[in-house]
Amino acid sequence: MQSPVFIAGVGVISALGTNVQDNLMSLEKETAGIGDMAYLSSVHRHTLPVAEVKMNNEELAGLAAMSPRLSRTALLSAIAAKEALADAGIPEYNPYRTGFVSANTVGGMDKTEDFFPDFLQDNQKGRLRNLVHHECGAVTELVADHLGIKHHVSTISTACSSSANAIMFAARLIKQNILDIVVAGGADALTKFTLNGFNTLMIVDHELSQPFDENRRGLNLGEGAGYVVLVSEKVANSLSQTPACTISGYCNANDAYHQTASSPGGTGSFLAMEGALQQSGLPPDEIDYINLHGTGTQNNDIAEGTAIKTLFEGHYPPMSSTKSFTGHTLGASGGIEAVFSVLSIQKGLIYPNLRLSTPMKDLPFVPETKFRKGVPIRHVLSNSFGFGGNCTSLIFSKI
Amino acid sequence: MFIRAAASISPQSSFEQLLKTPSIPEGNRLTCIEPDYAAVIDAKMIRRMSRIVRMGVAAAMDCLKRGETEMPGAIITGTAYGCLADTELFLTKMIEQNEALLTPTAFIQSTHNTVGAQIALLLKCHHYNNTFVHRGSSFESALLDGITLLKEKQASDVLVGGIDEITPTSHTLLSRFGLFRQSNSDHASVNDHQRYGAIDGEGTSFFLLSAQSSDNDFAELKGLYTFYKPSTQREIEVHFSRFLVEQNMSPRDIDLVITGHSGNAKHDVVYDRFLKSIDPAKPAVGFKHLCGEYPTASSFALWLGSNILRSGAIPDSGRINNRNSIQSPKRILIYNHYQNSYHAFYMLSAC
Repeated sequence: MQSPVFIAGVGVISALGTNVQDNLMSLEKETAGIGDMAYLSSVHRHTLPVAEVKMNNEELAGLAAMSPRLSRTALLSAIAAKEALADAGIPEYNPYRTGFVSANTVGGMDKTEDFFPDFLQDNQKGRLRNLVHHECGAVTELVADHLGIKHHVSTISTACSSSANAIMFAARLIKQNILDIVVAGGADALTKFTLNGFNTLMIVDHELSQPFDENRRGLNLGEGAGYVVLVSEKVANSLSQTPACTISGYCNANDAYHQTASSPGGTGSFLAMEGALQQSGLPPDEIDYINLHGTGTQNNDIAEGTAIKTLFEGHYPPMSSTKSFTGHTLGASGGIEAVFSVLSIQKGLIYPNLRLSTPMKDLPFVPETKFRKGVPIRHVLSNSFGFGGNCTSLIFSKI
Repeated sequence: MFIRAAASISPQSSFEQLLKTPSIPEGNRLTCIEPDYAAVIDAKMIRRMSRIVRMGVAAAMDCLKRGETEMPGAIITGTAYGCLADTELFLTKMIEQNEALLTPTAFIQSTHNTVGAQIALLLKCHHYNNTFVHRGSSFESALLDGITLLKEKQASDVLVGGIDEITPTSHTLLSRFGLFRQSNSDHASVNDHQRYGAIDGEGTSFFLLSAQSSDNDFAELKGLYTFYKPSTQREIEVHFSRFLVEQNMSPRDIDLVITGHSGNAKHDVVYDRFLKSIDPAKPAVGFKHLCGEYPTASSFALWLGSNILRSGAIPDSGRINNRNSIQSPKRILIYNHYQNSYHAFYMLSAC
């Protein structure tokens, strides 16, 4: 017996805005959040466009009601998690077994970057308060404590698929009656560490990225956080506002091809999508929209596209990469895109794939290029793939 | 869940060796005795791996070999700190070279899921792959993921491991936080549980778990129970009572307790009071004198407990309560907490 897992609320902060409404507005206006670096301090300021949340740490701390000295990742995480909980409208979540499963890729690295230069000069120097939240788990812990969630707190880090895995793990904890409510998703702030890391791999676009374009040049890095509130049937029934959708399928598979590159045929992507469909019991032609991983790198888009070509042969649902709006938010991307997927079902939306000018010649389909609303959407597939061959697909379904 | 196999790379060269003459710390740290990697990993791949990746991959391969399994149904790792050496290397170069002329290798290997990814790559394993990075419960979360995956019948066996490394920098920094003893007091002091402070530790332990028993299991993992930041000792006792109810057991059924006494007085008193509350005469043995203190040290305790049940032998070192000694225990309770924030109970039973 599989008990359903309901989505009771969503929360998001990204370069498009600090809440769901602002994100939706930018998506509808087809306005990307990518541009010149204004908040991160890096030598790449005028050469690499980024998708920053348009607030400094003091402003974010005000929104989060937390200290501005904390890692930007914790502030982003708290803002989106609180919005998700408020959206769920659970009057009291503490009587329930409530969990916080969050993902990120570099924890409090933004603060470690402030600490390290002094430490390199003298290993007894450097302010420890900038190092104390270095661990990925420390960021989650700060937010869990702020939310007052104690029953289960964990952090997942599988590169760019991190928060999709957090949602998958959380869904399983509810299905097996281990928890009643889980706030699940992820957060990542832009850091010099990741920007330079991706830059050394020569996959950062010096212009605005063009996912799934024949002439794509790479990705733009972004930052943000996205969470969904997953609840059991019992909790769902107690809410005044009935949840609009469930998570009906999820699958994690590994490409086992290369530490950073995807296999040409997209083996891992194919297995993740196929597994998620199998679990949901849906044939491929029931999927109404695919939120692509679609980073804009040569390698990802052809691997993901090839896997979709094989799996969806004969019926290609509308699809798009919302990373053309938000940039690639790494550990937050699966969470942010899960929120967009749920909103797609709730509000009947299909988001455009911005800046697509020449469709990829090896693929028999073309992503959506215009914002559409009023579309009946029953099932959405969301893809998140990452370094280490980590591939995860989630399926959200209308009730 | 059945522990079909367990393997560890730790400051102790083997279970047999630690029974006879356990390795002792150098100053305030206990570092791993690394095996001959060439025997388990392709030489070309070893060169490209950092120390933590080598240790993790080798322990995983050893575990699969012991479990006579070539392709696990899932690979799940837990690490609090991740790949510190490569993170530090990339960060240092980035600062020293002012974000110029950087190479990608250290960045690629700094990702927290590198160990799990390299195991998958080596095995060409397309199955489930996940990595948990939550401080002192990283390993417990990985185990929970594995157990729930087995219950969902998404896999028939899962490979789960905990791993954390000491680097010179991590030791310097964690020492500045005051986590370890200052004096180079000798090994006996840990044995005697005098309060000199903890020793820095590291290691990796991997387990092959299955919902089905085989005729050669190390032990059965009957239960895992975790809780976070208890505010009082009483709250710990309440959690333990719930765990016993779940297990349908009473304290009498437990033959031996393995506790996470680290040498830190503030943290050790929690174990002392706990032992007193269940039965002051209950045989108990520590493990952190063997592996040191680190966020995923409970994976070493699980490895130790599995080996005690399989062999019937209990280490002489680290005994906390000798008043009631026991031979060949059948049921072991592991109780560990990290910094009094992340607490875990494990119930292990002989097969």
